[in-house]
Amino acid sequence: MDETRRTFLKVAGLSVLGFGAKPVVDAVAGTGQSKFERDPKALNGKRWAMVVDQKKCLDAKEGCKECVLACNYAHNVPDFGNPKDEVKWIWQTSYEHAFPGQENPYIEGFVKDSLKGLPFTVLCNHCDNPPCVRVCPVKATFRRPDGIVQMDYHRCIGCRFCMAACPFGARNLNWRDPRPFIKKENPEFPTRTRGVVEKCNFCAERLDVGKIPACVEACKEKALVFGDLEDPNSEVRALLRTHPSIQRKPQLGTRPQVYYIL
Amino acid sequence: MLEKALRGNKSYFTWIGFLLVLVGMGFSFYLRQLSYGLGITGMSRNVSWGLYIGQFTFLVGVAASAVMLVLPYYLHNYKVFGKITILGEFLAVAAVTMCLTFIVVDLGRPDRAFNVLLYPTPNSVLFWDMVVLNGYLFLNIVVGWTVLEAEAKSAPPPKWVKPLIYLSIPWAVSIHTVTAFLYAGLPGRSFWLSAIMAPRFLASAFAAGPALLIMICLFLRKYTKFDAGWEAIQSLAKIVTYAMIISVFFVLCELFTVFYSQIPEDMNHFRYLFFGLHGHDGLVPWMWASTVLAMLSLVLMINPKTRNSPGTLAMGCVCVFFSLWIEKGITLVLTGYIPSPLETITQYHPTVPEIGIVIGVWALGFLILSILYKVALTVKTESV
Ligand code: SF4
Ligand code: SF4
Repeated sequence: MDETRRTFLKVAGLSVLGFGAKPVVDAVAGTGQSKFERDPKALNGKRWAMVVDQKKCLDAKEGCKECVLACNYAHNVPDFGNPKDEVKWIWQTSYEHAFPGQENPYIEGFVKDSLKGLPFTVLCNHCDNPPCVRVCPVKATFRRPDGIVQMDYHRCIGCRFCMAACPFGARNLNWRDPRPFIKKENPEFPTRTRGVVEKCNFCAERLDVGKIPACVEACKEKALVFGDLEDPNSEVRALLRTHPSIQRKPQLGTRPQVYYIL
Repeated sequence: MLEKALRGNKSYFTWIGFLLVLVGMGFSFYLRQLSYGLGITGMSRNVSWGLYIGQFTFLVGVAASAVMLVLPYYLHNYKVFGKITILGEFLAVAAVTMCLTFIVVDLGRPDRAFNVLLYPTPNSVLFWDMVVLNGYLFLNIVVGWTVLEAEAKSAPPPKWVKPLIYLSIPWAVSIHTVTAFLYAGLPGRSFWLSAIMAPRFLASAFAAGPALLIMICLFLRKYTKFDAGWEAIQSLAKIVTYAMIISVFFVLCELFTVFYSQIPEDMNHFRYLFFGLHGHDGLVPWMWASTVLAMLSLVLMINPKTRNSPGTLAMGCVCVFFSLWIEKGITLVLTGYIPSPLETITQYHPTVPEIGIVIGVWALGFLILSILYKVALTVKTESV
């Protein structure tokens, strides 16, 4: 839960106390604690991150899009069918658009020959130093202590400052009402209204109930690996220890937390 | 005093009526935008700010330029501007109102606009922009109105406005600086990521705003009883000239850095702007129009002969105004998005409703301006 709301509840409880309404306090706060307790199954991490192991994609069936489809369903991502209104949380793109500025004349050949020209999977990097959070005038985008950069759809005013600030094109405005364009609705996750921004949330709602992100679960080849970077024994740490990895636009200092192994 | 705006001749009321029609048209388009969403505009995922924010940026400059009258008059006791300082202040009021309106029409969820106050966030430049713009609006309304009221009563203005007047001078600089910081601090938008952004904004503001004022003064001289005085107009013209020279110089500085360093990411924006990139050239005609107008304006404004004659001076000011309007109102915002940080090119074409809303907001600004000027000029011409 959002820290500020938690504080709000505390403050609300205290101010009720201030008015001496003891019975109300008992009702609200006394037993209320269990209501906000974390699911014991919840996954806890100190710094969630993802590793995309591009070589694994080589074994996938042609045109595999399992990760994208799983996310779209899990999060009620609308499909407007046109690039102007497009909303996407995770998508596939070519090397030059995934790693602009890191091209050289030979890498194209490498990607084509050694990586079969397969597209790269990109999503919000849940940056450690996220410019989107810095610019938001209402804290509708905020960074959680576990590193997830999260959105509050109920607070966002749709100013799109964050879209200007994100160097990875990870953010989307709902230019129009998304609900009629959701292919198959997932009742477990909220739909959004027009005029608010949305993006990948590292499946915060799934972590809370002990599940790994939907895209990671959907990838049969295990090309997407999710884990806690602060845990030296985690799978992500093991991969990064044994393979050279790159990040997207590291020179901008946003410290992206999605790593790529080519 | 406001009742003075209710009396006027036929052309005054025709003008007001005309503006009201435009405001109404803009509003009806806005209602459509409210029900459909911002998708009704030409903006998209990759070009997520467009004409609205462009107009906002340009008008912040117009608003800030009031300081070019206030400063010489109040700080240097430059009496010549005494008659027109109020015009500058009221222009600022109208311009800031337009700015705020453009921000609101640009919001995806205008119903939540007050979240900015409910959850104040000092690390966001937008939060500060809201603070300084509203403060500036307040300062100019209070100062302009109080001084004018005193004049109507042929009394000296009350003492307490003096500090507010002095405060409004740095405040004017702050609104445009903060607005430049909206752009100049974003990683990955190399077109905006320039330390010269705020100075550039100020220079172009101090050219465009006074140019508009000169046009207004020339118009009033010709068609009403109000004469700003030729010396005042000439002083303004010199301000416009220097500011325009500095503004062009700053742009050349940008061009040097970008093209001499040859960093592709930085060059691509300017390439797109001036020559087109990979066959996309939507802004090229605009940019060249702006460039030609700027050159023309420099010729007309630097040459004392053309600057000193009302006809060519008016032309020079029109050139300055439209050159800078294109630069800040159209190309500056859009080029920041093209190409995108992922090096894709999405062009932007404003839609009919979007242009309708833009015209409506401008009409609203001119409506406010006309009413305020009507009051001010009635007071001025009656008290003579
Ligand atoms: S990738 Fe973009 S949206 Fe995601 S945290 Fe980084 S800056 Fe923010
Ligand atoms: S669009 Fe929403 S999330 Fe983005 S900066 Fe504005 S209020 Fe914050």
